[in-house]
Amino acid sequence: MTSTAFLQYCLTGISIGGIYALIAIGYTMVYGILRLINFAHGDIFMMAAYFMIFAMVDFALPWYVSIILVLTATVVLGVVIEKVAYKPLRSAPRMSIMISAIGVSYLLQNLATYLFSALPKGYPTIAFLTKTIRIGTLSTSVVTFITPILTLAFVFILIQLINHTKMGMAMRAVSKDFETSQLMGIKINRVISFTFVIGCFLAAVGSILYFTPRPSVYPLAGSLPGLKCFIAAVFGGIGSIPGAVLGGFLIGLSETFIKAAGYSEFSDVFTFILLIVVLLFKPTGLFGEKITEKV
Amino acid sequence: MTEKKKSQLSILFSVIALIGIAIVLFCVNRFTPPTFMLRTVLQLGAIYALVAVSMNLLNGFTGLFSLGQAGFMAVGAYTFAIFTIPVSSRPGVYYLYGVADWLKNIHLPILAGLLAAGLVAAVLAALIGAPVLRLKSDYFAIATLGFAEIVRIIVGSTPMNRVTNGSLGLKMIPKFPNFYFPFLISGICILIIALLLRSSYGRAFKAIREDEIAAEAMGINLAKHKQMSFIISSFFAGIGGALMGMFLGAITSTTFNITLTYNILLIVVIGGMGSMTGSIISAFLVIAAREWWLRFLDQSTYIGSFHVPLLKTGFRMVVFSIILMIVVLFFRKGIMGMKEFNWNFILNRLDKKDPAASAGGEGNE
Repeated sequence: MTSTAFLQYCLTGISIGGIYALIAIGYTMVYGILRLINFAHGDIFMMAAYFMIFAMVDFALPWYVSIILVLTATVVLGVVIEKVAYKPLRSAPRMSIMISAIGVSYLLQNLATYLFSALPKGYPTIAFLTKTIRIGTLSTSVVTFITPILTLAFVFILIQLINHTKMGMAMRAVSKDFETSQLMGIKINRVISFTFVIGCFLAAVGSILYFTPRPSVYPLAGSLPGLKCFIAAVFGGIGSIPGAVLGGFLIGLSETFIKAAGYSEFSDVFTFILLIVVLLFKPTGLFGEKITEKV
Repeated sequence: MTEKKKSQLSILFSVIALIGIAIVLFCVNRFTPPTFMLRTVLQLGAIYALVAVSMNLLNGFTGLFSLGQAGFMAVGAYTFAIFTIPVSSRPGVYYLYGVADWLKNIHLPILAGLLAAGLVAAVLAALIGAPVLRLKSDYFAIATLGFAEIVRIIVGSTPMNRVTNGSLGLKMIPKFPNFYFPFLISGICILIIALLLRSSYGRAFKAIREDEIAAEAMGINLAKHKQMSFIISSFFAGIGGALMGMFLGAITSTTFNITLTYNILLIVVIGGMGSMTGSIISAFLVIAAREWWLRFLDQSTYIGSFHVPLLKTGFRMVVFSIILMIVVLFFRKGIMGMKEFNWNFILNRLDKKDPAASAGGEGNE
């Protein structure tokens, strides 16, 4: 592998890793607060892609209007899902709420198949994002280049938000102890909705960045990236935002290099094996807090 | 009516019901054309019933939320197919890559193939069970889901070409030798699971589901029982997968994707987590509705000149997912809850007709 090729792969890996990180944040935040693996998150990501097709292809809107529309629609979808499918089960056993999440994922996939057909649909190109640029000897599209920058910017803003605002403080309190924070007068439902707003917003951004360099979208397009991002979140320690970001970049990089080495069939196997190994040796991930079960 | 008489009557009713089912199956076999939908629905229903019961053993009775069922079914189906595809038709199946040398002349009869399917799935479960079962609830779910994906990818990958035929999948899998075969196999397997659940092991499983820590305090070996439940569930999932292979006649690795696990989970949830009869009833209901009764939802229909809105390909599955969500949100117990089907509703009615006996009967309860 020449050094140019190596750098090229690094850039690709960091870029896809950035997208994984954005989605992983959604998983990790929801898990931190609700203790729920939001199985539907990957499908929300997929729906965001269809919203984009809708806005740009079917309604022929300019890209800047479309992006705003996609972000709004995805956030609304996420909040509605939370209100309809998760809120009524707040006091139910954890298994029920997990089944509900799986049900939502199943519903979204079937709904997408119904509305947009199972055939892959072309993703609209956003002209300025797909332009090729050259940095030294590397040539890459704008989107590959700006993805990690955008990711880091969003993560920075998010961390500021969580550490320095009232809502952020409420979120930290709720993830520490659900009931006590409720007793302290924190409006739980507002905090949870806000978490979903952030998670879905980042998933929508991730979706635009993920699908722009890819040719097409299909109804199951979200399930595998979704799982990988969940693994990224577990790897970094679920509930921890820096952990999710690190996990995302790591999985993106390792996946790219396995593909580069000619084992593209097995890149997902590697990711899942990574998950099982992490769970076995350090179930709390890199930055996760240890939770002991009380009798 | 005394308890003894009640239980005798229950057995009598059960025998009558079994005979009734046998007669129905016989009539269906005898008097319906081979392409009739009811035949397909009943056979597929029996297969799904077995798989759903095996999933329920793990998810509903032992409280281990596994999403790896499709993976074990894939293992079973592939094992069965590899060993039972007739030697003469193998060149045709493996036309692109050829058969692996060690496999060329191994051929198993159908029953041995089914057993092998179950055993290979069980061995695999034993191997991954030891580490994975240490994980708690949702981590366990994700790990088993990951495992199922690993199985699927490996089975369909190029290094396996000469064994599993890679991404092309296997075909020419022997069909059911007769109409009754899936019912017989499913029935026997479900009976074994039912007997297991009635034994002390079954009670230990339920204790683990209710409260792990309390169960451990009562002297139940958690690791051993969880491992056992996982292995047995996988064994029957493997057999279920093999039956599925026989039913379809051709399999590829995509046959066993996450959607299949979700479909089985849907059946288990609708039937009631922790009720075997619930799973069986719901398997037949769900399959009948999906493959037969609700088919019309997928076709655009005109009533006179009126075009019925919404109906087009895919609507059926949307309706299905909505039903699932309604069950999850509003009828969390499903059809049967945690109860098993019994004849009490008839027995109690018989009791009421005879007030004197009814007074005695209540005393006994």
